[in-house]
Amino acid sequence: MIIDKIKKVNVQEENRKNLKASDMLVGKWVKCDNCKEILYKEELHENLGVCPNCGKHFRLSARRRIKQIIDEGTFVEIGNGLTTKDPLKFDGYVKKLEALKEKTKIEEAVVTGVGKINSDEVVIAVMDGNFLMGSMGSVVGEKITLAIEESIKRKVPLIMFCLSGGARMQEGIISLMQMAKTSSAIARHNDAGLLYISVLTDPTTGGVTASFAMLGDIILAEPNALIGFAGPRVIEQTIKQTLPEGFQRSEFLLEHGFIDKIVERKDMKETISKLIKLHINTNN
Amino acid sequence: MPKIKTSAWDKVLLARQASRPKALEYIENIFNEFIELHGDRLFSDDKSIIGGIGKIEDYTVTVIGQQKGKTTKENMERNFGMTNPEGYRKALRLMEQAEKFNRPIITFIDTPGAYPGIGAEERGQGEAIARNICSMSNLKVPIICVVIGEGSSGGALALGVGDKIVMLENAIYSILSPEGFASILYKDASKNKEAAENMKITAKDLKDFGIIDKIIKEPEGGAGENFESVTKELKTYILKSIKELNKLTKNELVENRYKKFRTMC
Ligand SMILES: [Zn+2]
Repeated sequence: MIIDKIKKVNVQEENRKNLKASDMLVGKWVKCDNCKEILYKEELHENLGVCPNCGKHFRLSARRRIKQIIDEGTFVEIGNGLTTKDPLKFDGYVKKLEALKEKTKIEEAVVTGVGKINSDEVVIAVMDGNFLMGSMGSVVGEKITLAIEESIKRKVPLIMFCLSGGARMQEGIISLMQMAKTSSAIARHNDAGLLYISVLTDPTTGGVTASFAMLGDIILAEPNALIGFAGPRVIEQTIKQTLPEGFQRSEFLLEHGFIDKIVERKDMKETISKLIKLHINTNN
Repeated sequence: MPKIKTSAWDKVLLARQASRPKALEYIENIFNEFIELHGDRLFSDDKSIIGGIGKIEDYTVTVIGQQKGKTTKENMERNFGMTNPEGYRKALRLMEQAEKFNRPIITFIDTPGAYPGIGAEERGQGEAIARNICSMSNLKVPIICVVIGEGSSGGALALGVGDKIVMLENAIYSILSPEGFASILYKDASKNKEAAENMKITAKDLKDFGIIDKIIKEPEGGAGENFESVTKELKTYILKSIKELNKLTKNELVENRYKKFRTMC
């Protein structure tokens, strides 16, 4: 099986040149941490970042996600050019951000823009775990708020792919306030009668869970994503017990009534599209 | 006598002091009447949150406060002021009731954070906090939020979206505890004092950021040393704010609140 994979290398080397740097993973092979199968990365990417052997959904960069969801050639990025005021003057923070920008070729932990899903215009925000674990600081909060406001202005559905370790600690209390800023914007979006679909991906935790992630009219999740407010380790330390199997996973949230539906990545675009089309008002 | 500068860590200790006045004491001292109401109508009554209807001079208001205990026994009963989803949902029920009857809302914030437990997650801690934040931003009555002790993380913000945000001089308001910050960012939980200093969590820091509107002075040694003077100043400020906010139309009120949080960056 491994030999088969090596044969593909030359063909795929060509395709690889077209990829953005943020999509490049180091090395050609990856071991699936679920089924332990050795996977050729290009094959994994072609399978939408899902393990062909066991179905594990690997984390996706924002760029790859947008490619999977938005109609080709329709995505126009918005909200770039913002910088943090570095409110805590946290040692090395700004430098780290610069290095991450260079490495990931995205400006912050969320990419936002306008595009089409099966010809329907939407505003989309996609968080990226390669950028400080998708944590929300002032720029992420601002970009998300601008995206919500853009969706209100255009009167189009809002789609947000959430992925976050929580608030951006390096920005202290300013990060906390982003929860209020984004959630207030969602309240306005709601008042405008517009559709907001929130998609929770692995992991969605902390301040993002406790703000816009949980405020979707419809909340979808990828299989087996970690979703919660408190991190599992914090809970374990507090209650001094081992957590049950499957705790804070998508299936657990579905069972407890906190998400609408678990959707596999291969069905994600069509599911979102169907939901959008069901909200095009035919009752007037 | 020159006042000795209180360090950020000193303030953390003061804010957490067991003997420090808790929400109920503020309620008793500031409001001439108070009837406590219980339960979220969904699951249970979270005793880390006290809510009800009160009177401050002639104004009928809804009062909500996070209640820590002063003794271990009280703290067990109050879950150390760590709120579960049902506590946030009780608060939201009472805030929506306040909107229905057009009365201002006063919240007292004092929590080490939302409770991190299995049940809390099963019952949607994240959803409960998100719902409160989102709904508070849109309530068409004046909201005044007072951080009296520890305002930690989303567990505090869930009662903290208001038109006026006030902090006691020795209260703290932070994204997480200095200990947590030190262990995550310095990989060393013993650097808590350094963390407290660098995190900018004091009332003065928050005022400088433009996040809070008012600092209520505390006597040397903390609010408990001269509680009467503290509650007097706070009561005056609450009354002044209610009068000021009552002059606005409902739209202006909500619009100003939106702008207030919209510009925090
Ligand atoms: Zn696998």
